[in-house]
Amino acid sequence: MRVRLLDIAHARSGDKGDTANVGLLARRPEWYEVLERYVTRDRVAAHFGDLITGPVERFELPNLAALNFLLHGALDGGGTLSLKTDAQGKVVSTALLRMVLDVPDELARRLRLPEGS
Amino acid sequence: MSPPREGTPPSGEGRVVRVASGQGFWGDWLEAPRRQVEGGPIDYLMLDYLAEVTMSILQKQKERDPSLGYARDFLGAIDSILPAITGRGVRVVANAGGVNPRGCAAAVRALAADRGGAAGALRIGVVTGDDLLPRLDTLLAGGHALANMETGEPLASIRDRVLSANAYIGSTPIVEALQRGTQIVITGRSTDTALTMAPLRHEFGWAADAYDRLAAGIVAGHIIECGAQCSGGNCLYDWREIPDLGDVGYPIVQGQADGTFVVTKHPGTGGVVSTQSVAEQLVYEMGDPASYITPDVIADFTSIRLAPDGPDRVRVFGIVGRPPTPSLKVSIAYRAGYKAVGTLVYAWPDAYDKARAADQVIRERLDRLGLRFDRVLTEFVGASATHGHLAGPPSPDLPEVQLRIGVRGTRRQDVERFTRELAPLVLNGPPSVTGFAGGRPKVEEVVAYWPALIDKQVVTTAVEIQ
Repeated sequence: MRVRLLDIAHARSGDKGDTANVGLLARRPEWYEVLERYVTRDRVAAHFGDLITGPVERFELPNLAALNFLLHGALDGGGTLSLKTDAQGKVVSTALLRMVLDVPDELARRLRLPEGS
Repeated sequence: MSPPREGTPPSGEGRVVRVASGQGFWGDWLEAPRRQVEGGPIDYLMLDYLAEVTMSILQKQKERDPSLGYARDFLGAIDSILPAITGRGVRVVANAGGVNPRGCAAAVRALAADRGGAAGALRIGVVTGDDLLPRLDTLLAGGHALANMETGEPLASIRDRVLSANAYIGSTPIVEALQRGTQIVITGRSTDTALTMAPLRHEFGWAADAYDRLAAGIVAGHIIECGAQCSGGNCLYDWREIPDLGDVGYPIVQGQADGTFVVTKHPGTGGVVSTQSVAEQLVYEMGDPASYITPDVIADFTSIRLAPDGPDRVRVFGIVGRPPTPSLKVSIAYRAGYKAVGTLVYAWPDAYDKARAADQVIRERLDRLGLRFDRVLTEFVGASATHGHLAGPPSPDLPEVQLRIGVRGTRRQDVERFTRELAPLVLNGPPSVTGFAGGRPKVEEVVAYWPALIDKQVVTTAVEIQ
């Protein structure tokens, strides 16, 4: 089943220099399992593609049902050097939420995931 | 499968100390400090004014006038809350001092003297020692490379362009100032989190090696250091359901001796304090969550537990800390050339295609003029500026697209020339263009941020009582 990340997670992002961080939080604690399994480092790197120039790191916070991603080279130099509208990565979080996941039907049913259109 | 986000909290009995957040950055809501002291009982008001580049802006102001170099909004804040400080014993901790904490204290003193009465006898503590600029060459000669934490480059490569250099200092000097009975504590580049942790450490007598409790104080600080960003502001979770942001309540930490605390806000205010609003703030500007490094302690954000505790109340507990590192982070600002950003708005039909065509025209003209830039960036606001290719192909029916083009370089005259190249397109470029009423773009000097580390032993803080 196709599941929109927007329907099962919320997110907030910020910056450290040229690195954007995206904290991705499950809308329900039991949905963290889906984030942990399907929103992998490689999947996120492929999602952003040439929007970032450096590697992606992923950290797990099961206590908050959250993942934290560091997207290196996401901010055109970052801080005051950057010419981007979103120089401080404030809305990079929403770009991640555009991701659509393929979740096995059985798991999606068990967790009552909302079906994406 | 993970443990659930919400766990079983401790009972919550015992003495409570209330630390309120009244400012999340320099430029935050001017009403917030007064609303925090008038909206209900609090013990401390914490005001955070400093972001990464703020120090350099303040340094430039100090160069023009040696009595300046601090966050002047702080004076208005103090003026609006003086009765609470002198009458109800609310104590204020703020990093408003910027690159001139003594000057900031002198200005507060002058303001209080002018207001007269009990305000004239205000006891102000000033924390100094974070400013490394006067010592920079001695430090470099002594083998402190102050290499850029991101690139590894030694500071020597940009030494002649440095504007400010400040070590991030921790809670110890703030605690000392509070122990000496000050009503207002003014720091320079203290960490944002120490402004909240220090009052809790002072009140509960936490030892320098009580790492779990210190870490809890740091987490409390992280949650409220951005003001309303934990109490409904910029909160994506069910954002339509968040009530009355026009009257948003700023957050308050109700801390206890064992390090557990509740995040809440004054009754009757707008916004929301929920496990979701707090969790969104916890992951804000997060690096490795297991190692949130501060001068006092390394806090482990993977140990944090949240539980609902009634309306607009979230209990936070279970936090674990470890001994700090032998280094302090140093925030260095340096001159890094010039930049300018200009915009034009193109209208339907084919707004996006017109904006793209205009971008080609401008770039061709910049090339022909032989201008040299380190960076030229074009964005199409309304089509792809914040989401790039993820937004998909822009619809030809978009009512308008803003062309936003920026340049950065070391030659001021080239950046200046660029600012003259946008307006002509109104008459000599693609059609259906508007939105140029703001005039030519402004040339800005770029002051860039250089993060470094320094041996803690080298930095000595002091507390002065005024």
